[in-house]
Amino acid sequence: MERTGAVLAALVALAVLGPLVAVAFAAEGPGRLGPADFAAIRFTLLQAALSALFSVLAAIPVARALARRRFAGRRLLVAVMGAPFILPVIVAVLGLLAIFGRAGWLNAAFEALGMGTVSIYGLGGIVLAHVFLNLPLAVRLLLQAWLSVPSERMRLAASLGFSDGDMRRHFERPILCAVLPGALTIIFLICATSFAVALILGGGPRATTVELAIYQAFRFDFDLGRAALLGLVQVLICLAAGLLALGLVRGGEMGFGLDRPARPWPGDGPVARGLDVLSIVGASVFLLLPLLAILLEGLAALPGLPSQVWEAALRSIVVALGSTALTVAMALPIALFAAGGRGRGGVEAVTALSISVSPLVVGTGLFLILFPIVDPVPLALPVTGLVNALVALPFILRALIPAARAAEAGQGRLADALGMTGWTRLRLAILPRLRRPLGFGAGLAAAFSMGDLGVIALFSSPGEATLPMEMYRLMGSYRTDDAEGAAVLLMLLALALFWAFDRGGRVDAVA
Amino acid sequence: MLSLEDVRLGIGDFTLTLDAEVPEGQRVAVLGTSGSGKSTLLSLLAGFVVPDRGHVRWQGKDITGLPPAERPMSILFQDGNLFPHLTVAQNVGLALRTDLRLDDKESRRVAATLDRVGLGGMGGRRPADLSGGQQGRAALARLLLQDRPVALLDEPFAALDPALRNDMAGLLEALCREHGLTLFLATHDLRDAERLCDRVWLLQEGCVVLDRPVAGLREAVPEALSDWM
Repeated sequence: MERTGAVLAALVALAVLGPLVAVAFAAEGPGRLGPADFAAIRFTLLQAALSALFSVLAAIPVARALARRRFAGRRLLVAVMGAPFILPVIVAVLGLLAIFGRAGWLNAAFEALGMGTVSIYGLGGIVLAHVFLNLPLAVRLLLQAWLSVPSERMRLAASLGFSDGDMRRHFERPILCAVLPGALTIIFLICATSFAVALILGGGPRATTVELAIYQAFRFDFDLGRAALLGLVQVLICLAAGLLALGLVRGGEMGFGLDRPARPWPGDGPVARGLDVLSIVGASVFLLLPLLAILLEGLAALPGLPSQVWEAALRSIVVALGSTALTVAMALPIALFAAGGRGRGGVEAVTALSISVSPLVVGTGLFLILFPIVDPVPLALPVTGLVNALVALPFILRALIPAARAAEAGQGRLADALGMTGWTRLRLAILPRLRRPLGFGAGLAAAFSMGDLGVIALFSSPGEATLPMEMYRLMGSYRTDDAEGAAVLLMLLALALFWAFDRGGRVDAVA
Repeated sequence: MLSLEDVRLGIGDFTLTLDAEVPEGQRVAVLGTSGSGKSTLLSLLAGFVVPDRGHVRWQGKDITGLPPAERPMSILFQDGNLFPHLTVAQNVGLALRTDLRLDDKESRRVAATLDRVGLGGMGGRRPADLSGGQQGRAALARLLLQDRPVALLDEPFAALDPALRNDMAGLLEALCREHGLTLFLATHDLRDAERLCDRVWLLQEGCVVLDRPVAGLREAVPEALSDWM
């Protein structure tokens, strides 16, 4: 199994690097980059930087409030903070359109009050959508750091009579110094490679990202050389951000605690309470209202959805299940290999390559490889499944490798002493300890693949659309009711797949 | 005098019940197995938890509802006593001003206290640059500078090797005598109690089942303490 893991890790590296090499070879010289391309590069950097900055700034008071308050529904709110990981991006964007769009609730309220309307399209809308999608990630990163402060240190602060200002100085500032650089870079990377948001809310000379420019060069102009050149630019942007993230992401300096909240929180008072209430209510409304709007407006349209939506849903389920099976089949041997000995941590780094590479660029590379040999269009669904699996792999490995190491450390020697080897060792000693992270990782992979609108946009033909692609077409043809119904279906299917795998991993799992 | 009057604290299935008086300057060793309530007792005295019933009084004043910072108690944990991003001198200086804007006189007091605990010249280091024993001494220096009459020590030697343990216990003994501290020492080790304390409480399931002077313990070993000898 370990040898298989090493081979698979090498294949994953090849599957990511191969398309990149193809892109590099097909790319035309940098002289082909015109003013519109430079504008796209500038816009990509600007929107990603603003999105990262606002996501993190908004997350600071929310994480602080969640760390120091206990209230009914707190656990639910923290769980909801995880929802955007499994929520299809296109559903989130449609939800935001329902609130902030031309005919959205906000503009309806503005009009009723006799005020002017606002437009969600362009830079503002793209940043808003990215903050919606990444605020929860930033909150979770900061909250995790808050909860890792040893409870003794909180008690010490209470005993020393720390004020709210002292808490900021001696607790929050070190946490922010440790977490913010990494969080900013990761969110920048996510936003720089985000495609669906720019596809729906961007466009035009003033709001085109590099990803969108690749798509346009590919789909509209079929200019593969320019698409490859833009792909190369995107790789360089991601590589720079990825290397920065590797250097900046580090553990907090506060040590690991027992996740026991300090009671009372040092320096607590009416002002702090007021700020916390504002932060929690504000974040809840911002994150929940778009989803609520989609549910309210889409549920009624669900029964009357046209048949092509149901066909697309079936196609998406098949792709998601295939992609998940592939992810698990790659992740398990690679995790066991990485956990099997010293100096194998590099495997994780190699497979993490796919995080810092845009799926659209990998898709472009695969198209370039396949195009001279076969017609890539009929392969749209398998290629989508493969790219989705490659993108999901680092996330599942991140959960799986520590668990595999713990299983080896806990049961490995006993299994060795009992002479357990091969499949028996895996089945009886190791796998029971991996069920929970495997289920969770598979759930993430399935939900991600279900909601993906990236590679499929490059390859698909009208007869082979997945559900997100079909939803995008409905939005493009102004069939808003059907699009909202399809959004509810997509959201429910993504959540159901995540729940089914995650739940399956928990049944009879060893902690 | 520290009085615990009919104190009761329930946490889940566990209940701590206490009714006792400790004269000022007395040093009490709180013995007990894990889960017997030693740390809960210290948390209650420090003000991190409030009893469901009863009163805690210091020199006749009811301090039951006072927040930790306003109590006459300072506390030393097994670990987590120092902020890793602050220097040793800053960690100790927190006892005087939590915003760390110390004037010259206060800075000199910090330096003198560091000298007293054997950390002279180490004020500029970070906790990570100190050994476990030195970290304990730095925390002790802060406790001294807090200048509160009651010291609560929650297994302060548990992470130290025997030589460092001996070293810290010797220093603590000297400082308790110098400052006339009333001490509560939670420990698993009767030898710590014999060395540092005048009185032993044995806690079992949240109740003091034995309350005896340390002197003469070895001559007539109580039944409840036989396993601890």
